[in-house]
Amino acid sequence: MVSLLTVEGLSGLLFFGFIGITLAGAIIATSARSLIRSVAGLALCFLGVAGLYYYLNSPFVALMQILIYVGAVCVTIIFAVMLAESSELKQITSRNGLVGPLAFLASGILVFALAGLALKTEWRPALCMVNRGTVENLGQSLLTTYSMSFELISVVLLVAVVGSLVLARAGRDK
Amino acid sequence: MYVDPEIIRLLAFLVGVIAFAALNAAYLVWLERKEAAHIQRRIGPKEVGPFGLFQPLVDGIKLMTKQLIVPAGVDPVLFKIAPILVMVPAIMSFVTIPFGETLVARNLDIGLLAIFAFASVNVLGLLLGAWGSRNKYAVISAARVVSQNVAYEIPMLVTVVTLVMITGTMNLHTIVLQQQGGFWHWNIFNLSASPLMPVAFLIFFVCMLAETNRAPFDMAEAESELVAGAFTEYSGMGFGVFFMGEYANIVIGASMATILFLGGWDCPLGLFPGVLWFLIKMYFLIFTVIWIRWTFPRTTFYGLLNLSWKILIPISFFNLILTSAMLKVF
Repeated sequence: MVSLLTVEGLSGLLFFGFIGITLAGAIIATSARSLIRSVAGLALCFLGVAGLYYYLNSPFVALMQILIYVGAVCVTIIFAVMLAESSELKQITSRNGLVGPLAFLASGILVFALAGLALKTEWRPALCMVNRGTVENLGQSLLTTYSMSFELISVVLLVAVVGSLVLARAGRDK
Repeated sequence: MYVDPEIIRLLAFLVGVIAFAALNAAYLVWLERKEAAHIQRRIGPKEVGPFGLFQPLVDGIKLMTKQLIVPAGVDPVLFKIAPILVMVPAIMSFVTIPFGETLVARNLDIGLLAIFAFASVNVLGLLLGAWGSRNKYAVISAARVVSQNVAYEIPMLVTVVTLVMITGTMNLHTIVLQQQGGFWHWNIFNLSASPLMPVAFLIFFVCMLAETNRAPFDMAEAESELVAGAFTEYSGMGFGVFFMGEYANIVIGASMATILFLGGWDCPLGLFPGVLWFLIKMYFLIFTVIWIRWTFPRTTFYGLLNLSWKILIPISFFNLILTSAMLKVF
């Protein structure tokens, strides 16, 4: 039993905290009535995931998660919702009574399968550290091993930028 | 009972950092009022204590004794969570800022990234607060905050990327160590890496003004048109925490400019480096920020966006390309 007053004990506690934050955020995101609250839940969920990344020894990914998902994606979503949403909250009613039970069944099977997989797998710690995940390592792998995916992602981003510009132009002419 | 000394060290730094942020918020308000007064040929606060030095204490007590009103019609959860979301990331950013050779809570390898990651959460807090208030002024302010932050984050990050290419590290401690030994070693005068370094510093400083919503870029809380912008519905300490967060962000911005461009704790003449020099440079930058606020009028919203998209972004990209070419050639 590790004492709570050591670094290991506290970090173990924080680990469970991050799991809790992730789950709570996910539940808020899916069950909140107002869209903005859902996005707030999503941001909370992303923060929890960032914390888990930190525990997986990749602080770079963790901080990028905060910078991109919390700082950019969530802000963009809120901005879009603020411009688009009418203040009345629409009650979503499902047409078919079977939808609810079926959804529960599907998610239950998924949870069961994932939990079974997690429990049956023999977890081994990594044999060695590939690299320290510094900016230098990252740049080298982006421009050598993963240069193809890097180029493809930049093309996708370019298409998105040009596409949004075209859409905005079309809107302005009206 | 055994307590790990590392935990005690972290706790001490945590308390110190929160105290530093709160003290700065309180006394920067005092500095702002005094400086504004002298620029406008007034005296400023002078009744409470010598030179009005106890004014922030009295103001703090006043804010804390006020009732926290949650207006009917607001989203109570988002309304209450927003001030915390503005304040907490600011305090977390202080964790990795090296104030002196040994005075740093956690020397992260990617400290630079950590600060920008936490700074990006600040907008989320303002947005949620503004939307949660259900107030038209607040929503207009929120729309302005987002477009302003998106516009100014680009030149700021491009400038920082340029700097990271020169230093080759994101560790703030190492970045300062590289600039030791007199002002000619500082990154702002590192002309052999890029002749545009002073311009890069200027871009960084302007972007910092815009990111912290300071005049002449204070579109978000333009008092004369939007009451108090995103904070319109807040009373008492809810309002106070927003302001503490804002001043903490100014302190972080000035510290970042000091670390990245002005050599951190290094003495200009290369003698006796120490925390004192860091504080002198940081407070000089903060003084300049307040000076600018009371000298220049507020820009228009389009002027603000034009400045970023048509001037700052092209220059910062040019600097990026020039720096990479210089690094490759020399």
